[in-house]
Amino acid sequence: MSGRWSWFNITSVVIGFAFLYIPIVLLVIYSFNESRLVTVWAGFSTKWYVEMLGNEGLMDAAWVTIRVALAAATVATVLGTLAAIALVRHTRFFGRTLFTGMVYAPLVMPEVITGLSLLLLFVSIDMDRGFWTVTLAHITFSMCFVAVVVQSRLVSFDMALEEAAQDLGCTPMQAFVKVTLPVIFPAVLAGWMLAFTLSLDDLVIASFTSGPGATTLPMKIYSQVRLGVTPEINAVSTILIGLVAIGVITATLVNKRRMVADARAAAAR
Amino acid sequence: MKSLGNVRRSFAPWADSSARPYIAFENVTKRFDDFTAVDDLTLHVFEREFFSLLGPSGCGKTTLLRMLAGFEEPTAGDIFLDGQPLKNVPPHRRPVNMMFQSYALFPHLTVADNVAFGLKQEGMARGEIAERVGRMLKLVRLEQFASRKPHQLSGGQRQRVALARSIAKRPKLLLLDEPLGALDKKLREQTQFELMDLQEELGLTFMIVTHDQEEAMTMSDRIAVMDAGVVRQVGTPAEIYEAPSSRYVADFIGNVNTFEGRVTAIENGMADMAASDGFAIRTHAGAHGRSGAHAYFAIRPEKIEVTRQRPDQEHNAVEGEVWDIAYLGGLTVFNVKLDSGTIVKATVLNTERGVEDPIGYEERVWLSFTPDCGLLLEN
Amino acid sequence: MAQPEQANRTGGSEAFRRIAIVVPYLWLLALFLLPFLIVFRISLSEPVLAMPPYAPQFDWSAGWQEFLEALSQLSPANYLWLAEDALYRNAYLSSLRIALISTALTLLIGFPLAYGMARAPERLRPILLMLVILPFWTSFLIRVYAWIGILKPEGLLNQFLMWIGVIGEPLTILNTDTAVYIGIVYSYLPFMVLPIYATLERMDHSLVEAALDLGCTAFGAFWKVTARLALPGIAAGCLLVFIPAVGEFVIPDLLGGTETLMIGRTLWIEFFANRDWPVASAVAILLLLLLVVPIVLFQNAQARAQEKAK
Repeated sequence: MSGRWSWFNITSVVIGFAFLYIPIVLLVIYSFNESRLVTVWAGFSTKWYVEMLGNEGLMDAAWVTIRVALAAATVATVLGTLAAIALVRHTRFFGRTLFTGMVYAPLVMPEVITGLSLLLLFVSIDMDRGFWTVTLAHITFSMCFVAVVVQSRLVSFDMALEEAAQDLGCTPMQAFVKVTLPVIFPAVLAGWMLAFTLSLDDLVIASFTSGPGATTLPMKIYSQVRLGVTPEINAVSTILIGLVAIGVITATLVNKRRMVADARAAAAR
Repeated sequence: MKSLGNVRRSFAPWADSSARPYIAFENVTKRFDDFTAVDDLTLHVFEREFFSLLGPSGCGKTTLLRMLAGFEEPTAGDIFLDGQPLKNVPPHRRPVNMMFQSYALFPHLTVADNVAFGLKQEGMARGEIAERVGRMLKLVRLEQFASRKPHQLSGGQRQRVALARSIAKRPKLLLLDEPLGALDKKLREQTQFELMDLQEELGLTFMIVTHDQEEAMTMSDRIAVMDAGVVRQVGTPAEIYEAPSSRYVADFIGNVNTFEGRVTAIENGMADMAASDGFAIRTHAGAHGRSGAHAYFAIRPEKIEVTRQRPDQEHNAVEGEVWDIAYLGGLTVFNVKLDSGTIVKATVLNTERGVEDPIGYEERVWLSFTPDCGLLLEN
Repeated sequence: MAQPEQANRTGGSEAFRRIAIVVPYLWLLALFLLPFLIVFRISLSEPVLAMPPYAPQFDWSAGWQEFLEALSQLSPANYLWLAEDALYRNAYLSSLRIALISTALTLLIGFPLAYGMARAPERLRPILLMLVILPFWTSFLIRVYAWIGILKPEGLLNQFLMWIGVIGEPLTILNTDTAVYIGIVYSYLPFMVLPIYATLERMDHSLVEAALDLGCTAFGAFWKVTARLALPGIAAGCLLVFIPAVGEFVIPDLLGGTETLMIGRTLWIEFFANRDWPVASAVAILLLLLLVVPIVLFQNAQARAQEKAK
């Protein structure tokens, strides 16, 4: 779509983005506030960051969260990629409809239900709740997101590429490893990143499935937030937002550099 | 029998009954669920032949190619390559390479790595690979693009990379699936001749799938015209054009006028036919003429003469009104409406610059032809 | 050409094919379907003061007779209770109401934003798109949390409004339904914008020009062409907002008041505060039933969109 970018359009874009970003910007600004009162500006200070780093509970929770997220994202990426292959490549197998349903259902399932059901499973098989139960839970719901991301790439994957590899002497397995995997790798990576952030982010499912000694950062933040807004939480949030922003912007820039290189090559031919 | 058209070179192993076919499809059937893509098909192709499978989409030609490459297994029947049965031989073990319609260039590899892919897979020594890749790229004139990725190439360049990759392993048989379909007309014509030269130079057997009849005519030693899973006719381009075995084949290749009618008499190898358009046809009876039978007479537009005066012949002449004239430079196409309502197409070669008093719209004209010019067909 | 079955094309790597199906399949059976059946079974149990806090327990070692005995003790009592109790009925209704109103508000803000983005100069669009997606990658909890500081009585919004003199007294926004609406609209705005933007971006502007050429007013062309063609995107966006909003827990818990009833939160309270696992399970099953309709609608819409894409 194109046409004139009218004042109405510009205004709605500006208002929309203001709405999306002002809360985050304010949050970041007030993480540098001298005062403990979050809403009164009392001068610039980084003392909350120092305090945050000294807060052992918070740091422990952060460490747990990162470990859970790394483990969950990695396993979920493997499982999700396999599930995507099953969905796209294997049009017929026993119980395919059930399988498809189970892959899509967690995407729309309220987190409270997923959390509750997994907890009840862990209780009924007498599994001690902690790091591993949270990780298992996170793998389960994030693998479905990975499956959808990888699936959408696989659907548009030209099967002729794999056939060409076989034609040139690859076994089906070699063709998959040497051709398909490298080609869909960006989608697999995107799936991993999505699973990682979903796990980092999750409060509800972790609250249900975690146990003593495995408090994740969102759980920690949540319990503190319930007691009120504190500049320390602002500081933690700012760091998390910063990390995500750096990640996304880097990814975009890398893409852009590649696009520029391609464009130059195209111009040169 | 007089020869039909020019044979490209004196190469006709198919005419030698003792020659062993290089590729043999024996009663091959391929079904997908309830769809029969290939139906009890038998076809022989000979070494060093440039063979085309020609037909509309859905006729089973690509399936035939894919069975040869090993991507599909026949539901019934056998395929032999150089006398060896191909049953249960996986694609990577077949001494056959394929050039894909979509080119199927590996997007994550450079041009050179694409060409080297099959050689590496074969376990060829590094130095040898580099040397072979260099030669292949030189052959397709892409030396300076070796380090490009496929998406940085134009359509014609991609096509040539795909070609280089598919012949890098020196296969005895190269399968080409609509290899020129994605190219524009000019490039396509140029590439057709390049492919022919390449095939002759490397001494390969080419089996090519196309729906473009002109392409098939230009390049092939022989053509198989396919329809709904069966081969309707196999022959040299000239045979297919001049002696089609059915209306389907006649219609698929080039333009044709067909007249329906009944054979009234056969005498001395000549058949008399009463066309339902109200004139008498006399032609060679051929294999299809039987007295009293319902038949079709097929004739190419360029073999019909257009005159103002009634030609001096009893048969093979009919009157009509000029309905449409298309001036195409080298020739002019007349669409003439017979009194029966049938439109007949006739082309006239423009051998002179400017004609005095040319035939115009709505003029009454006579269409005529000699007994040698057409063909009697049963169906 | 006939489309051969894809499974055939991967050829002989039967083992790999099995792994790709079996491993995720078993995982989902064990960690998605089985837990679900357990929830269903517990929703038919009675709460007891024990660990685990429900009865009957199935003792698999006790034999078939015992099992049948335990099975006969299951009852739909919890569901009857939920149906009778106005509190739960209200929680369901209010979840639906809040989700519907929030979805409408999100559309109201999201459509002009998506429309503006789609009409932006082409070189700006990728940046705008990234700006919409970026909040999605940042923590949901943090984004909700950010609103607490803004909405509370001595918060930044009230400070600002009083400073420009619109109001004399601070407004009570935090811990009301309004705050929940704001929170949902804010959190789910990208879900609304992205599908609408996708349909609008693909749309050919000459269609609008053709409508204008055929005598439509600018608004008429917008309404009859642009809005109509964006309908699939609007439908997808609304469902993507509505479905998670119904089961939302964090937003009503942090921004809503004590009287803000939402079913996700009710479940949470039943489970963590009242430790009534059977009722929590029954609430979960009913919540799921509530979502089946929009989910099926969503699935159909997606299937249709995929058909169209082909």
